[in-house]
Amino acid sequence: MAMGLEQIYTEVVSEHAREPENKHDLDCATCSLKGHNPSCGDEIVLHLDVENGIVKDASFTGIGCAISQASTDIMIDLIRGKQVAEARDLARKFIGMIKGDITDESELEPLDEALALKDIRHMPARVKCAVLAWHTLDMALDDKGKK
Amino acid sequence: MANAQDYIKDFPLLHTQMNGKPIAYLDNGATTQKPEQVIKSLCGYYGGCNANPHRGAYELSVKATDIYENARARVAKFIHAPRPETIIFTRNATESLNLVAYSYGLTNVQQGDEIVITVAEHHSNLVPWQHVAQAKGATLKYIYLTDDANLSDEDIETKITEKTKIVAVTQVSNVLGLVNDVKKVVKKAHSVGAICVVDGSQSVPHMKVDVQDIDADFFAFSGHKMLSPMGIGVLYGKYELLDDMPPFLMGGDMIEYVEEQHTDFAEVPAKFEAGTQNVGGATGLSAAIDYLEGVGFDTVEAIEKDLVDYALPQLRELPYIELYGCDSRRDNKTGIITFNVKDVHPHDVATILDSYGVAVRAGHHCAQPLMQYLGQNATCRASFYFYNTREDVDRWIAALKQVRKVLGYGA
Repeated sequence: MAMGLEQIYTEVVSEHAREPENKHDLDCATCSLKGHNPSCGDEIVLHLDVENGIVKDASFTGIGCAISQASTDIMIDLIRGKQVAEARDLARKFIGMIKGDITDESELEPLDEALALKDIRHMPARVKCAVLAWHTLDMALDDKGKK
Repeated sequence: MANAQDYIKDFPLLHTQMNGKPIAYLDNGATTQKPEQVIKSLCGYYGGCNANPHRGAYELSVKATDIYENARARVAKFIHAPRPETIIFTRNATESLNLVAYSYGLTNVQQGDEIVITVAEHHSNLVPWQHVAQAKGATLKYIYLTDDANLSDEDIETKITEKTKIVAVTQVSNVLGLVNDVKKVVKKAHSVGAICVVDGSQSVPHMKVDVQDIDADFFAFSGHKMLSPMGIGVLYGKYELLDDMPPFLMGGDMIEYVEEQHTDFAEVPAKFEAGTQNVGGATGLSAAIDYLEGVGFDTVEAIEKDLVDYALPQLRELPYIELYGCDSRRDNKTGIITFNVKDVHPHDVATILDSYGVAVRAGHHCAQPLMQYLGQNATCRASFYFYNTREDVDRWIAALKQVRKVLGYGA
């Protein structure tokens, strides 16, 4: 394999991209929000079922590259069952990790499987693919908070 | 036989590396690399002749004016325009097309009129017409494609009607890479009293173009896709049309006389060139034309055709490669190959090729309506120029064979 590819397309990433378990409709969704990267055509819709301040369930639909698809699928595993505040904190940590603003490993530890995406921070061309779902999540929950 | 090796020596960038590999630059549809001759022309201008043209009474400004106006004459000769005044310098084809849309379109299109474009247009020859149609209450109609991705003759005949005021068409699609019979579209447009705007961004760098033979009313292209610096583009227009049109941008250098409440505008082309112009860019464009004509379009076309004929059969051997615009029944394919790798998003393909030093474009290529028409979210595109070699193609295809493996697919 050519230099660098194994750091991007890790086994975790390619598995989630090939078979995203959270990619389906969500009948009970209380909120669906579209996120897209106009320059490359990644387009996801994040579905959330938020009740009593808890992300009871989540899923996504849409089209995108392996990085955006894997990142979304992993994110949903992580936020399911979490309180809204916790989910938003995870989004803050993930975006901080990819943008290189947060490097403290213990602070990033809760990102668990999403840590597999951390080397994307060295690939400026793909940063927006990795953070798409997390920005969408942040906006969706922000919207919820205002209601 | 034409040989890319004769020219590679002139392009410093082609001797650099990408991700530690020699670069195989296959994104010429986006922008081309620049030869020493063009780079030196910029140094020559800025190092020895730089002054604001059309203004100073001193020798240096006169020299800068001469350089700028000579570049205009050079461009006119290059595309067989009848006179230099029909050449307007812009930033790029996008600005040229916006100039026509804002200045001609908003003036001459009225409610109930129709504007006809093709579904294969780049956003630069589509969004401005959407704007004109919406602003004036006109209808925007599309010419679609036949099953071999060429413009539908039937649509050309039926969509362009007595209501049509403007027809806008690309000479070569930046995605499909097929040469459109623009002469025929122009003829049809003229038969109903419409004008025709031709986008030459993907044709002028690769083939001989004669705007008078096409009989285009307006013709636009960018310098940077044909060896020039970025930031210089061209709009050709028929003199009497340009003369009748209001200015697009207003300010310095485009006026005859200004009073507190009234301005007399300058003659064409100055009327359309407000503010200090990109004289360095025009110098570079002139040098690029010299270089290209030195190579000769017969050679450019022969090299590109050889690469396409070499690549396509190999790509067709790979069961997981889908091709777009590669089955034309007309002999009109240029050096653009648009493709997808089954199950893999184009951005992942481009990232993986990048790691092998191969530069291709991935995305919607600023042609989203065409992508929707093709039923694709995005595609990859390899686009050749005369400095590309069969070795570049070999490296591209070898890397393509790794793509599915990287993402964990068996083959």
